[in-house]
Order: sequence, then structure tokens, then C-alpha cells
Amino acid sequence: MSTETMAKPAKANILQAINAAIADAMEADETVIALGEDLADPEEGGVCGVTKGLSSRFGEHRVRSTPISEQAIIGAAIGASLVGFKPVAEIMLMNFTTVAMDMIVNHAAKLRFMSGGQTHVPIVIRTMTGTGFASGGQHCDYLEAWFAHTAGIKVVAPSSPKDAYGLMRSAIDDPDPVLFIENLPTYWTPAEAPEKDYRVPIGKANVLCEGSDVTIIAYARMIQEATPAVAQLAEAGISAELIDLRSIAPWDRETVLASVGKTGRAMIVHEAVTPFGAGAEIAAVLNEELFGRLKAPVRRLGGAFCPVPFSKPLETAFAPQTADIVGAAKALMAR
Amino acid sequence: MSNRAQPDAATQVEIYRRMALIKANDERSRKVIMNGRLVMPYYSPRGQEVIPSATFVNLNDDDYLCTIYRGTHDMLAKGFPLKDMWAEVAGRTTGTCKGKGGPMHLTYPGKGVMVTTGIVGSSMPIANGIAWGSQLRGDGRVTVATFGDGASNIGAFHESLNLAAVWKLPVIFLCQNNEWGEHTAYDKTSNVRVADRAAAYGMPGERVDGNDPFAMYAAAHEAVRRARAGEGPTLIEAMTYRFHGHVFGDQDAYMDKARKAEAVANDPVPRFRARLIAEGTATEEQLAAMEAEIEAQIDEAVEFALNSPFPGVEELKRDVFAEELA
Repeated sequence: MSTETMAKPAKANILQAINAAIADAMEADETVIALGEDLADPEEGGVCGVTKGLSSRFGEHRVRSTPISEQAIIGAAIGASLVGFKPVAEIMLMNFTTVAMDMIVNHAAKLRFMSGGQTHVPIVIRTMTGTGFASGGQHCDYLEAWFAHTAGIKVVAPSSPKDAYGLMRSAIDDPDPVLFIENLPTYWTPAEAPEKDYRVPIGKANVLCEGSDVTIIAYARMIQEATPAVAQLAEAGISAELIDLRSIAPWDRETVLASVGKTGRAMIVHEAVTPFGAGAEIAAVLNEELFGRLKAPVRRLGGAFCPVPFSKPLETAFAPQTADIVGAAKALMAR
Repeated sequence: MSNRAQPDAATQVEIYRRMALIKANDERSRKVIMNGRLVMPYYSPRGQEVIPSATFVNLNDDDYLCTIYRGTHDMLAKGFPLKDMWAEVAGRTTGTCKGKGGPMHLTYPGKGVMVTTGIVGSSMPIANGIAWGSQLRGDGRVTVATFGDGASNIGAFHESLNLAAVWKLPVIFLCQNNEWGEHTAYDKTSNVRVADRAAAYGMPGERVDGNDPFAMYAAAHEAVRRARAGEGPTLIEAMTYRFHGHVFGDQDAYMDKARKAEAVANDPVPRFRARLIAEGTATEEQLAAMEAEIEAQIDEAVEFALNSPFPGVEELKRDVFAEELA
């Protein structure tokens, strides 16, 4: 997919947006390189085709398919970054980051600090995940809280093609490691196309719709569950403000605190299991900063505390749905 | 092996200088800890002096090294400045990492010391990436990953050797087989020689006497030649013996006393020294002067380190990211 064909249509999907972002970055900067399993065109440009066309356009020396060796993939990305390259490494599925945790947590995140700033690790780790495709317990976890809990790595999770493009460009620009989480089931949903060279700053949330009664803070696929919830709440006379967090680490405290300071009620929605999740951190900060101004306790809606189940009704029930968000908002209003 | 590369006289003396520096620095490190002047986790490289000394005389300053927590010998042989090292292991702001890395994370890009890791096996995946960078640029540089025999049983070793071979990376995997993985003997953890594992990945693997400067030099010379020529990686298993326990304070009761006594009796440093004099490559006076100079440099480095200030607590917010934390 060339940049030219990306720029023209008014609609694009997230998969195309990420492809265009990497292509545009590689075009602009020859130190941008990419590696991962099945990444190059002879291997079909990734299992979902996110990197399709890149190796044909930029060469297999810059866009390399790798063995199924997650430690070697992240290690190679780290090493290349230490000598001036900007690698975009793909770990096919987020659950597979567990195989590379030493490289990500002990090395990518820490080398800048441990070297006293003599070295740094400007890598992007792309990884996809998400429930909805019946892939069971080891292929669709949201593990963002593990990385957000690690000093030295940033975590982003876009929900739209524009944000996917803008955050990918910012992640590649960034001088530090960024974990870029892609939601698999929403790859192909068309929406407004990004403009070339557009950037979304890391750490900046997006207020998708303004409201005065309750703030809903969500990210990734949960935006698609929360958007109809906001409409249903409006019909019930409840004015909800929806914030797409976009960046989990660092997260946009300023925007979130301003919103909840206004509404007095907050709910955090994520697909990751609830205990010790990103929602817990956000709720804690809301309590620390806004205690006394809150009209109701901060509410968390997350995945059930179990491995992701296979059976369709169980998988559907695992993650928060529109009806759950509507119900929780109404309960907050009733307090 | 008569057709193998031999170090010339000046190179032999340079190898010895690096060995003497490593030995003296190790002895001083243990003394300074024993005297209570410095508290640090210390993994002595004593007994393993030949390996990096005879290997790195084949390298340039801009060739790269990824080493491990037992790595001061590697770093000194690569040219890591003593003052920067001592101030770092003392946790001072004048240290190469501003005191934030310490003995297990010493870094000095100016001499190619890119990563020192405290995680067994983790020097190798990163070395591949650095070598990939050299391959992309065509800069002719070589990356050496050093590690111990224990690391040959961790997954990162196998993933790294495989990737390096498939991508033909200019990297050398330098295993320092000191017979001990922490407290466990190598023979109890693997049925094969480390070097033989190279065959599984389609790269040359050589077991060499890592306490023989001539054998070590020749093996390293060939590996460096291969890497620079674009012929790909090499695995070297350098046989040596760790004179001390795993970490300072370890009483090494698990180490066979007779075997240890034999190894210490064959201490490679005085052995090579005697050979240089016997063969007329160097004189007693020349080497004694060199050793005195090393002692003086260490004196200066230690005093510089221990008289340097500690970093301020504001450093907790720096170098986590490029931008200082709020």
C-alpha cells in the first residue's frame, strides 16, 4: 500500500493506517527498519497483512522476516537501536511478549537509566491482541498494565485509523521504547483516513464527546462499546463525556482530571482483567486528586478475572459490553 | 595449526599488559571490598584474563562488546577507562553511568562497551542487533558477545545463534567456559561441549584453550576475519577456570579443592609473563615497570572514585526517559 493511495480516500481502516505510517516513516528516514515473524512480502507481509508491501518497496534488508524467536527479535531491535537505528519490531500477539519479557523489561526499558543516559533504545514494539475471534486463553490477552508498571517504556493503544497513524509516527519519532497495541478485531473497520505526516502526541487523550454527568474513560476496542452507550445514556437523560485515553503510559492526567472534576463521576473501561489493571491506577489518582469533589465512587469495568474463554457466549461475556457501560453509568447516577 | 595467525612481539606484550591490568584490578577490587571501603556485588574474573586480552587485541575501539556481570576483564581489555569504571562501581556521579548502573551495568560506548547485563544469556540477542546495524551500514565493525558456559543452556543463546547464522551477522559468540555456572559444574548441566552446539546452527564452533594466549589469539583472529569478510558468526568456547566463588563472599565449598589448586598453580598470568621473558619477547624490567604503572593508575582511579560525590536524588527522575520525569 503506497502512501499516495493512502492519502486520497476519505476512508481507511486501522490496518491500512499502520501500514502507511510505517511506510511514510521508512520513506522519510532510512534508519527506520522493521522486523518480525512473517513480516516481509514473501511471507505475505504479516499474518494480517499489516506490513504488506514494505519489503518490496524498501528491501528485505530493512524489512526482515525472522524466525519464531521473540527474544531474538526484541534483542535485535534493541541492539540496532543502540547504534542509531529506529526499529519497528513486531511481536505477533501480545501473549507472545511473555516470551520476550527479559528483553523488553530488563533491557529495552532500563538501558537508558542504567547507562546514565549514554545509550537509549528508540524502538517500537507492535503487537496485536483482543477478544472476539474465539482464540481462547493464550492469543488475546490485554497485558498493558504489566508494561505500564515498568519505568522506561511507553504504552499506546489507538482505537481509530487516524490515531493509529498519528501514534505510530510519534512512536517511531520517540527516543524511548514504545509498546504499540493493535486491536485485532477492529483492524478492518473503516473510518476517517489520516493525513500524511499527521502526529498524535503520546500521552494526550482525546475527548470524543463532551458531557456533564459522568466521564467514561476507555481505550482500544472499548471505545466501540462505549460510543453506543453514550447515545443510549443520552436517550435516558444522562450526559456522558467519553474520553479515548489513547496513551496508557504516560496517560493524560490533565484531560481526565479536568473532565472528572467537571462531571464528578467516572468510570474506566478496559478489556484487560479488572484487578490491578490500568483502571485501578486511574481510579487511585482520581481519588487522590478529586476526593471530596466526587459525587460517587470511581467505577472500574474490565475483563472477568479468568483466562479468556473459548466458548462464544463466555468470550462475549468476558469483556465489558455496551449494556454493562450503560448499566454502570446509571448506577453511578443513582448514588 | 601452524598456519594460524600468531601475535607479533608487540602484540604479545600488549596482551600481557591487558592481563596484568585485569589481575591487578581484580586484586584491588577484592582488597577494597575486604577493607570495607566499598560495598558492591563483585563477580571476580580472576583466572580468565587471557580470553578477552588475546581476543580484543584483534579489535578496534569502534568494534562493539556486549558483556555480562562477570565482565570487568572484558571491559578493561576493550579499553574501558579505570577512573570511569571505579567511580561507577563506587556509585559516584563521576562514574560512567553517573552511578546509576553499578558494577553489573557498566557502559562505555566510546570504547564500544554497549551493554553489560546482569541477566544470564542476554548479551547475545542484543549483540545481534548491533551487528545487524553494522551489516546494514556496511561499516565493517565486529560485535563480540561474551557469556559463560551457564548461558549456553538458556533459550536466548539458541535463538541468538540461530538468527545470527541465518542473517550472517558480523558477530562473535565468545563463551568463557570457567567450568562453573554459579555453583553447579558445567558437566552436570549439559552432555555436550558448548562449541559443538554451533553445528546445530550451521556456524563454525571451536573449543580453544582460553588460558593460552597464542591459541586464543589465533581463534579470535579467524573469527574476526570471518565477521569482517561478511562470512557470518563464529562460536568460540574458551576453556578456563574461575579462581573464586560465583560472587564475592561465596566460600566456594562446592568447588573441588584439588582441581582448583591445579588451576591456580597454572595461573595464566605469571605463566605468560615467564614465557615472554624466557623467549626474550620482553624483559623483567620492562614488565615490572608496566605493572608498577598499572598499580599507579589503579591507585589514582580508586582515590578519584572514593573522593567523588554521590549523585543527587534528582537523578531518580532523569534518564528514565529522554524527558525528565515531573
